[in-house]
Amino acid sequence: MSAIVQFENVGLRYGLDSETLCDVSFSLHGGGFYFLTGASGAGKTSLLKLLYLAQRPSRGVIRLFGEDVVTLPRGRLPGFRRRIGVVFQDFRLVPHLTAYDNIALPLRLAGMAEGEIDAPVVEMLQWVGLGDRGDARPATLSGGEQQRVAIARAVIGRPEILVADEPTGNVDADMARRLMTLFEALNRLGTTIVVATHDLPLIAQVQGAQMMRLDKGRLADPTGALRYPPRAPGVTP
Amino acid sequence: MSRRDRRTAAAARGRLLPEGRLAGPMPWIIAVMMFLTVLAAAAGLGLGTVVRSIGADLAGRATVQVVEADAQTRAALTKRAVATLRRMPTVLDVAPVDPETLTDQLRPWLGEDAASGDLPIPALIDVTLTPGAPVDATMARLRTVLDALSPDIRLEPHATFLAPLARLLSVLGWLAGGLVLLMTLATAAVVVLAARGAHDGHRGTIEVLHLMGATDVQIARLFQRRIALDALLGCALGFALAVMIVLTLGARLEATGSELIAAIALRWQDWALLSALPLSGVVLAAIAARRTVLGALERAL
Repeated sequence: MSAIVQFENVGLRYGLDSETLCDVSFSLHGGGFYFLTGASGAGKTSLLKLLYLAQRPSRGVIRLFGEDVVTLPRGRLPGFRRRIGVVFQDFRLVPHLTAYDNIALPLRLAGMAEGEIDAPVVEMLQWVGLGDRGDARPATLSGGEQQRVAIARAVIGRPEILVADEPTGNVDADMARRLMTLFEALNRLGTTIVVATHDLPLIAQVQGAQMMRLDKGRLADPTGALRYPPRAPGVTP
Repeated sequence: MSRRDRRTAAAARGRLLPEGRLAGPMPWIIAVMMFLTVLAAAAGLGLGTVVRSIGADLAGRATVQVVEADAQTRAALTKRAVATLRRMPTVLDVAPVDPETLTDQLRPWLGEDAASGDLPIPALIDVTLTPGAPVDATMARLRTVLDALSPDIRLEPHATFLAPLARLLSVLGWLAGGLVLLMTLATAAVVVLAARGAHDGHRGTIEVLHLMGATDVQIARLFQRRIALDALLGCALGFALAVMIVLTLGARLEATGSELIAAIALRWQDWALLSALPLSGVVLAAIAARRTVLGALERAL
């Protein structure tokens, strides 16, 4: 399998602070299922931001789909972003749009005809158990419901990579299991899944997944050799 | 894509930004700007009509004064001047002013003495040049011919004494044009500020749209469309109010009975130009909004 994501000696610094990410190198292969773990503040969200092109690194090389995205002109970023689905930690639903319109957003941005949008959106709403909440605005949804809308929005465009930042943080165990089942189903269809989570039991549910662990901005295994289950909690750089 | 599909898609795109107006008081500010712009433009165009009218009516006209004190000599000189002028090919019309009419006009100032014949009132001859005749050269030629008849015959081209008024009106017309330009710039500035405010106010939504693969142009179109709608509302309101004022003023000017003041009128071309102002305002607002938002988006990743 070819590497769909490659990080080489990537460093990320916000302003004049010390590096949030330091010498991060790894490769993710197309169709893989990856977990990213680490303590709070270890740099998981920062790494994901680099992955879904919300941020450029301070140094190093990032290749997505075989292209160096660090030096990519701004005008070409949307094309890459449409190939990546993101479930944000804080959901980032558009507050004035209904659940239906939030989920339909990626399809509309991709220019899909309105007549073709309804069926997949309704299907996705039903799949995440919100079939009767399509007209609800995010403010009227519970945290768990908002998270399911965010997940539905991230996967509806059948992205090549799905990046999820703590996707099960606000849902009960049953919904968490269902979400993982969805991710596995997408993974079987060829989508590369990257999930940042603290939830080690959740990781154990997914057979064949690989894990990266960040510790103070560094990948715990500096060789970038990814494995599941983690060899030992104390892997040091 | 069917028409219904396009309408649905447009409605869906419209929903990407919150319903309602984007930039608070912007439509009202644009309404005021458009109101003042249309008034200034109407004033400029109206004054332009007067200046053109003065130029066309008076440039080719003159009054000949026969200032001989002796009434018989004055009458003889007047007759010779009229005959001489009528023979000239560059003169279209020669009309001696009836002495009784002149006396009537002077009576309010001179009383019954004006009609006594004791006062040496000059004889007047209205002269109109043939259209297209070179005014300055013809006037010079007339002066030479009349001087040859008698040094007591004087030529007064109308343009000479109305030129300062024409110049003043012309300056006022240009001033009105300058005001229109300033108002246009101010409107563009208002739109730029509104677009920046709207962009800042919707930064979160914009970021989400960006991360989902929206292009800068897609996002800018949302703001452009919404600000254009706001501007359309403001422009229509300002234009309607200004037109009402212009029509009312036009009626009042006509009621004065003064030929000069009533000449401050708008031709159909002027109305067409005024009607283009609100449309131009909307286009200007849309362009300013698009450029502002695109500029702001380029500063983000």
